[in-house]
Amino acid sequence: MIRGRFRAAWRPGLLAILTLALASVPMWAPRFWIYIATQALIFAIFAMSLDFLLGYAGLPSFGHAAFYGVGAYACALLALRQVDGLIPLLVVGAAAGALIAAPIGALSLRTTGIYFLMLTLAFGQMLWGLAVNWTSLTRGTDGLIGIPRPTLAGLDALNISLYERGPFFFLCLVVAILTFLLLEMLARSPFGKTLEGIRDNERRMRALGYPSFRYRLAAFVIAGSIAGIAGSLAAMSNGYATPDLLYWTVSGLALVAVVVGGARSLIGPVLGAFAVLFGQLGLSTYVPRWELILGTLFIAFVLFVPRGLVGLVRRA
Amino acid sequence: MTEVRVSVAGVTVRFGAVAALSRVDIDVPAGERRAVIGPNGAGKTTLLNVIAGELRPTEGLVHLGEQDATPLPAWRRARLGLGRTFQRSTLFDQLSVAENVTLAVRARLHGGWRFWPARERAVNTEVEGRLEAGGIAHLARRRAAGLGHGERRILEIELALAAVPSALLIDEPMAGLSGAERRLTLERLQALPEDVTVVIVEHDLDAVFALAQRISVLDHGVKIADGTPAEVRANPRVQEVYLGAI
Repeated sequence: MIRGRFRAAWRPGLLAILTLALASVPMWAPRFWIYIATQALIFAIFAMSLDFLLGYAGLPSFGHAAFYGVGAYACALLALRQVDGLIPLLVVGAAAGALIAAPIGALSLRTTGIYFLMLTLAFGQMLWGLAVNWTSLTRGTDGLIGIPRPTLAGLDALNISLYERGPFFFLCLVVAILTFLLLEMLARSPFGKTLEGIRDNERRMRALGYPSFRYRLAAFVIAGSIAGIAGSLAAMSNGYATPDLLYWTVSGLALVAVVVGGARSLIGPVLGAFAVLFGQLGLSTYVPRWELILGTLFIAFVLFVPRGLVGLVRRA
Repeated sequence: MTEVRVSVAGVTVRFGAVAALSRVDIDVPAGERRAVIGPNGAGKTTLLNVIAGELRPTEGLVHLGEQDATPLPAWRRARLGLGRTFQRSTLFDQLSVAENVTLAVRARLHGGWRFWPARERAVNTEVEGRLEAGGIAHLARRRAAGLGHGERRILEIELALAAVPSALLIDEPMAGLSGAERRLTLERLQALPEDVTVVIVEHDLDAVFALAQRISVLDHGVKIADGTPAEVRANPRVQEVYLGAI
């Protein structure tokens, strides 16, 4: 019993420390670091949505960047048509992610395991190809540029601009916290428990009367819409949307963040996203072939730290 | 609870050139206890998988009650009141015993389409009652992966019972159980409400004769006998297959 209580206590503690540490970043960090931390927060939202699929629903999607990229393009297209409200831009990203995830999920979820992974990868690359070739809509490899930062009614009155790094960082932090709370609520709900049951033993769940395909599809669409929100934020943050956002390496990097951070925890992917982005920055400054080191680290985590950074914190 | 008759008509299942079942007809009226026996490889588990909807027959029809269930997926058949246990325990290993039973009870009460941490008093009360009745209340918080073989078999049956099926397919419930566990399992099965239709596959002939009202015998995918326990015992073909052990 006592061990159980300790086990339950590490999570709120880690969450509180993480939130405070992140909230303090704009007060002490150099401008460039704030920019990287913003990127990491956006990537963390994306990675959390992948963790919901991988950790809870047991679905190893390798095409998750498709929804991230589609969200970014949807946001960019709307923003370039003089829509500058924050809420509509985030909603359109979420809707675009969900809209694309529904048919891709409906087809991919007819398979499992490695076949599911390959199909999601293939669909992701198809959408990347579309982004490159549908030049009338996407301007091809040049991408959509000059996306303005959004506005929010209350902020204007307070004379706060999202063009400044600090406020935009806080915006991403708030969205990340809301995403965490939403996914945490889903994971603890009967819906989340049903997904875990299907992950552990689909055959038995079907024998009990659960239509497993529908539950998985719902999880896939939810994760797609959150990835779309992350994509919207990425477009606002960078000021552009390019096909790179949909490329398979982005999906791969998110998987690395989830596994290094610790799947089925929702906190892990946040730690993983920061570790991967700051690691990438640090390594690429000093080492020409930094991917080699990142890859080696990834293999080491899979082999020796299967529960990821979160597992290490827990043991400490 | 509705009464459900279970019947298969002219069912053939072929795996390539091998026929696991050949034109099998079995009709179990609502509320009957039917045992299906036969040597290893006779097609008994294949028959249960066809009835449960995990395996589409190459030919033939499956009826649950008045409904043609042949095209229905397993989960739809479960919604019609069909429950089953598995020959090799298939539990939710990462979840606790109580959480295992919760998934079964929730499936029946309101399904899993709730997106917030609901309090589910009705579900929790029923789960506690079922753990008591099954004699596994002391294991409630243990992870299923850590249970012993006998405990797993009992939980396997409790999962199926928690769905309150109108018809229940039971696959070798006694396999690998100790004497005391066998008695407990037999009592649990004998205590099922009389209107539940039961199809049980079992090698333990003592248990079969204690439970079954009628027995169907399969051999190499073909039904060779069908009748009351006394008729099946007296059947010369059955005696031949069982070398007089029956």
